[in-house]
Amino acid sequence: MKSTEQLEQQLKRHSKAAKLEIWGKVVSFSALLLIVAVVVAIIGFVASKGLATFFTNHVSLWDFLSGKSWNPGVTDAHGKPEVGALPMIVGSFLITILSAIIATPFAIGTAVFMNEISPNKGAKILQPVTELLVGIPSVVYGFIGLSVVVPVTRTLFGGSGFGILSGTCVLFVMILPTVTSMSVDALRSVPRYYREASLALGATQWQTIYKVILRAATPGLMTAVVFGMARAFGEALAVQMVIGNAALMPGSLVDPASTLTSVLTTGIGNTVMGSLQNNALWSLALVLLLMSLIFNLIIRLIGRKGRLQ
Amino acid sequence: MMNPKTQNKVAIGSLYGIAGLVVLILMALLGYILVSGVPQLSWHFLTAPAKAFLEGGGVGVQLYNSFYLLILAMLISFPIALGAAIYLYEYAKDNWVTTTIRTAIEILSSLPSVVVGLFGFLFFVVRLNLGFSILSGAFALTFFNLPLLTRSIEDSLRTIDTTQREGGLALGLSRWETITRVILPAAVPSILTGVILSAGRVFGEAAALIYTAGQSAPALDFTDWNPFNISSPLNPMRPAETLAVHIWKINSEGIMPDAKAISSGSSAVLVLAILLFNFAARYLGKRLYKRLTSA
Repeated sequence: MKSTEQLEQQLKRHSKAAKLEIWGKVVSFSALLLIVAVVVAIIGFVASKGLATFFTNHVSLWDFLSGKSWNPGVTDAHGKPEVGALPMIVGSFLITILSAIIATPFAIGTAVFMNEISPNKGAKILQPVTELLVGIPSVVYGFIGLSVVVPVTRTLFGGSGFGILSGTCVLFVMILPTVTSMSVDALRSVPRYYREASLALGATQWQTIYKVILRAATPGLMTAVVFGMARAFGEALAVQMVIGNAALMPGSLVDPASTLTSVLTTGIGNTVMGSLQNNALWSLALVLLLMSLIFNLIIRLIGRKGRLQ
Repeated sequence: MMNPKTQNKVAIGSLYGIAGLVVLILMALLGYILVSGVPQLSWHFLTAPAKAFLEGGGVGVQLYNSFYLLILAMLISFPIALGAAIYLYEYAKDNWVTTTIRTAIEILSSLPSVVVGLFGFLFFVVRLNLGFSILSGAFALTFFNLPLLTRSIEDSLRTIDTTQREGGLALGLSRWETITRVILPAAVPSILTGVILSAGRVFGEAAALIYTAGQSAPALDFTDWNPFNISSPLNPMRPAETLAVHIWKINSEGIMPDAKAISSGSSAVLVLAILLFNFAARYLGKRLYKRLTSA
């Protein structure tokens, strides 16, 4: 005969499966928390380092964003350090916007071809090629830029061949597969009956593509382009190898220039932790981080708008 | 005004042109890598150590480092990503906490890899005093890899029919048991595909490694497998330049006389490795699916 207390104990005790359930839930949730902690730590560390330029070294934010000479070790005539990041910011935006402008028509055109005009050839040739190229490492793009694009630019436009133009060419080829495959996804999500309805109304194939499919897929296509821009903006090595690395305001597209990422990759190893030179570089990293957050926000806003439609 | 039919022909024609041009660019790119790189490949090139100032060096150490780093990074990131994906898809309720967490993962996946590398440098190399080491590099690669791997595993879980979950629960299994005994085995093929594809990305990553795993490749003694010896291939505390970092470094330093040939060969190795990863992912995925589902 079991006493009621024993019975009560037996009933209230968690079974083995219930214990395992709690254990599994806790373990999987801690894995998730770890990822969140990493994100918080990255933003926190980079922000604290990047803001030190302004709070510890008392550089004014305006001087940093609008100054045209980057030479953190040197002080100018007013005794202020030369930490004008404008050349790098302009460089980064220029190559990002230019490469996106060139890549967008190619990517969307190819996506339309793959999805609307010739799905067979698209699936057989273009799909595997773009998928493979999405995975090609950026240093390989940089190396090809260095051994093909730079000499061609040099022959065509003179100068050293290093500069915004070469950077743009490399980034164009680099983001093309990414933007293309995301555009294909966007076009694929347009319901089939849109096409049928339009063709049944007597529209030509091009009218259907231009007036129905592209309009319906606009939010997805915009996401693809912004995603490509975010990738271009954050790309470091491929750009660093072909841009020439001169922290000067770009006078023309074929002059050596620099971007936020190129200055970071070349500079961070040559400065002493905690010095102004080093802090100024971290401020550049912070700008990079904030821009990637902004790109993220834009993608979200586009997504939300797309859903409302 | 053009007649709609002519307009249609012109437009479709130009789309053919654009697509053809893109194929041409992409094929030329692949062709260039392979044509200029494959002739460089030889047993000597793949196994000999690099020579800094002389011609005729190989990439043996760098190639080994790339694989070692890849395996370590995968060993660290896979369990974390698996746990996170399981919680996100199987347990998480649709509330603001989940939304915040998803946003955080998205932010991590959109961070430029150079920022991830710099954080790794600041935190592991400097703060935790691990120095330029395989371990620092593996952690940096983990951060770089986690969001994508989590998303791909979550997508794999999504492909498993809800009836399977209901079936498991109806048999009296707990949710955790349903996940580990029913859902995961069914999802293994597509999880594996995702893992191999992300391995391809990790294999070619360089920006996150320059300031974490370092830019030097000390000679390794392949007969010494004691992980505490400095020249042992298994030592996780030694600096380790990978193949991708090697390409970047010899091109930006420009002191190696045959830098171009070495870079061409290394690029071809990277691209071939990624090709191999892609094929392996498809083939193994299909094969496992057949075996596990007896379909």
